[in-house]
Amino acid sequence: MEPQTDLVAMHMSDGIVNAPTSLIFGVVAVLGLAVCVARARRDLDDRTAPMAGLVAAFVFAVQMLNFPILPGVSGHLLGGALCAILVGPYVGAICVSIVLLLQALLFADGGLSALGTNITNMALIGTFVGYGVAVALRRFALRSRAGLVVTAFVAAWVNTVVASLGFVLEYAIGGQGLALGTVFGLMVGFHALIGIGEGIITALTVGAVAAVRPDLIYLTRSAAPSLQIKSQGVTS
Amino acid sequence: MKKLPLAFYAGFLAVALLLAGVVSYAASSSPDGLDAVTQSGCQLDESGEPVGGRCIAQNAGEHATGGSPLADYTVGGSEGTTGIAGVIGVLVTLVLAGGLFWLLRRRSSTRDETPSRVE
Repeated sequence: MEPQTDLVAMHMSDGIVNAPTSLIFGVVAVLGLAVCVARARRDLDDRTAPMAGLVAAFVFAVQMLNFPILPGVSGHLLGGALCAILVGPYVGAICVSIVLLLQALLFADGGLSALGTNITNMALIGTFVGYGVAVALRRFALRSRAGLVVTAFVAAWVNTVVASLGFVLEYAIGGQGLALGTVFGLMVGFHALIGIGEGIITALTVGAVAAVRPDLIYLTRSAAPSLQIKSQGVTS
Repeated sequence: MKKLPLAFYAGFLAVALLLAGVVSYAASSSPDGLDAVTQSGCQLDESGEPVGGRCIAQNAGEHATGGSPLADYTVGGSEGTTGIAGVIGVLVTLVLAGGLFWLLRRRSSTRDETPSRVE
């Protein structure tokens, strides 16, 4: 590929969907985040608050790392399942939202009017879908570190594909330029591949944290009162 | 609530800084999945702007913060500054997110060592 100046735009730009659609999803994002802020408090204490700040910073860093999925097409981490597993869905959705906000404000990445759609897709849908999958597999995740790592991979793959469906929905409501079926096929096809990368990054990260500080992982901690955490620490 | 895992925090931050500051130079410059979809059907010029055909990206506007000193993950638009922009981004994200979460947290009544060391 030749050097490009416009190479690191990663999220929806302004105008990709029309103004009413941007507004609707702006409202969805604000309401969703209000719920998250209200519920996040319960999951934040002296130990987890710094962890959550670091998770947000980590997601910012990893979102810069586009990896190739097909000739001429790349993908990058969205981060929903990663955040949800490490710091919980409410705090996690805020982490991804802060990253998206800073990217739009400081780095000209993702339109300002598209913040609502981008937050809805990557922060709300991605995080809560990823968390739902992780919770469904929690029994498995608690059994061993291998189980946790596989859970992280699956949750991240699903979060990527379903987040891409969020875009398809927004496009169906207020986009134009390409047949809806084509948009659906391309988005799901590309993101099924990107999801593999998302899954690998999420599995590696969660696995690494589990190896050194399993007590800092929300998914397995919240499932298990102190006794079970100890037994898990022994097996893993 | 015992001692904070400061060594773990420091290691986690170091990894994030390394990824944004160094590994970011190896990132693929191809459009991501979403951009590939919105550009599908258009011919693009060297800067990735649609010049012909019909595609979703033709509806995209100029970015409102395109004049930001950190626009497109560079410092002032200079080539080769992606790593610096990335490090700044990691630190700004940490301060903003960490600060917000620190304010939102449940205060434990058991007082500990000074929490200010964490940030």
